[in-house]
Amino acid sequence: MNVREELMEILEDLHPEVDFETEDALVSGKVLDSFDIVNLVTELDDAFDIEITAADLVPENFDTVDGIAELIMKRMEDI
Amino acid sequence: MLFTSYGFIGFLLIVLVLYYILPKSFQKVILLLASFAFYALSGPLYLLYLFSAILTTFLAGRYMGKNIEVQKAYIADHRDTISREGRKLYNARQKAKRKRAMVYAIVINIGVLSVVKYTNFVIGNINALGGQLTFLDIALPLGISYYTLMSVGYLVDIFRGTIKAETNLLNYALFLSFFPHIVQGPISRYGELSRTLCEPHDFNSQNIIFGAERILFGFFKKLVIADRLFPVVSTIAGDPKTYRGAYILCLMFFYTLELYADFTGGIDITIGVAEMFGIKMTENFERPYFSKSLKEYWRRWHISMGTWFKDYLFFPIAMSSTMQKFSKFLRKHFGDYVGKRLPVYISSFIVWFMTGLWHGASWNFIVWGLLNYVILMISEEFEPLTVKFHEKFIPMENRVYQGFMVIRTMIMVSMLKIFDCYANVGDVFASIGSIFTTGNFGIFTDGSLLELGMDVFDHGVIFATTLLLFVLSMIQRRGSIRQRMLALPFAVRAMLISALFIGVLLLGDYGVGYDSSQFIYNRF
Repeated sequence: MNVREELMEILEDLHPEVDFETEDALVSGKVLDSFDIVNLVTELDDAFDIEITAADLVPENFDTVDGIAELIMKRMEDI
Repeated sequence: MLFTSYGFIGFLLIVLVLYYILPKSFQKVILLLASFAFYALSGPLYLLYLFSAILTTFLAGRYMGKNIEVQKAYIADHRDTISREGRKLYNARQKAKRKRAMVYAIVINIGVLSVVKYTNFVIGNINALGGQLTFLDIALPLGISYYTLMSVGYLVDIFRGTIKAETNLLNYALFLSFFPHIVQGPISRYGELSRTLCEPHDFNSQNIIFGAERILFGFFKKLVIADRLFPVVSTIAGDPKTYRGAYILCLMFFYTLELYADFTGGIDITIGVAEMFGIKMTENFERPYFSKSLKEYWRRWHISMGTWFKDYLFFPIAMSSTMQKFSKFLRKHFGDYVGKRLPVYISSFIVWFMTGLWHGASWNFIVWGLLNYVILMISEEFEPLTVKFHEKFIPMENRVYQGFMVIRTMIMVSMLKIFDCYANVGDVFASIGSIFTTGNFGIFTDGSLLELGMDVFDHGVIFATTLLLFVLSMIQRRGSIRQRMLALPFAVRAMLISALFIGVLLLGDYGVGYDSSQFIYNRF
């Protein structure tokens, strides 16, 4: 399973009712609230062994699945 | 100087004239001098606090900005000679230096805020436990709670790399001291405000008209509604032994309305004044009293404060490596449910405690913050049940149920708000409890409500203006009212503005020896 697929699985577990493929305002549109974001970050930390900090919480990184996947890959490269 | 004073209107007119008739290169300086003058009027010595906040955070920001440049230059120069590990180590060292600078500046400024705002609160608590300390003769400098948060946000944003450090001291000083927002916010972000604040602006009659309309509406809310309600609220909350039961329901309604008119009116004036200078500020409210839950309410009321606490306190705590490790530990020993929830609940607890404390150095505000926390966490825990309930019984889209949710939220919010009004927490709980035990509902019909500081005419004004605010909020759901007014014929528009102006003149709660009461949020 690649990063994107694994991420989609985590997101769908978090909010089964959201169509993450088409949603492009996950954070700025408040689809994900603060609790969701913290839980998502914990899941990502677990699944990919990466550290995401509060500084990463900008819409570019968290508004779309592609943005999150890109952030994950960037953090994985940092390790 | 109060926004609703004649002195402020005169001050604003002079600054506006100078701003637009002098060369554009002077605009920033004029705004800065005006802001310092405005601030000095609250007590010239308080300027020292403001200057110290400006200098310490500007210098720390400059240091971080320079450090980033040095780091980039070093990496570029040594691209071919430095290993990946060496680069990471160097970057980590530079980041640690920036973090130190940021932490020092934050500690200094939060330290100053803590000393001036909380020392007497701490002394009071120590004395209550048997201590005999003397209270300090120390006053709260104007806007310190607001500009401290703005300066902390500025430093954290530089550290996170979301903004570049300001290199011009005047620009930064203007950001922190800008007179419309220093007294009661919004808690502006440097990244959002600095450009519009510091760039030159041409005279634009549209800005002046829009700004004046917004200011006038702010005056209307403050002078006609909030100041009219002030005596009733003071009377009821000032004598908790006499005013119990149904009076508390009145207090909840009147104070909720007063606070809305006072705070949103003040922010209308702030945004309107800035607009007259061509400066666009972010909105601080989004029809908060139409919220269907407390969670939604906090996304729509005092937005700049909520997002500040979320971005600069909640996320850093909840996402810290300590909290992540704690979460892992909990999941290992207590399962996924506890591991995911508890760290978030602990972070939220800290945030709501601090939100309460930020509002004021009193147990009332701390308890108020924690009650908000408790309700929000209970809602969070019950969310799966709520979803099932709506799936099985009443769909969320049901308009009647939505109305019920709005009213339920309003009752909750108004009950929480009255913590502001009383001298101590015990009085608040006793007063709320008395609603269910006193049974004096006859006061609604026997004329007792006319003995609280508002006569029949005042009640009529409050009824009509509440209705007006409701209707305007409904219209606002479909977009900016002022934009819609532009589509009206000039004569109709002029008539509406004149009506509002006459309303402020005739219905404003002036009286003999008039002295408009302080904006409630100024004291925070």
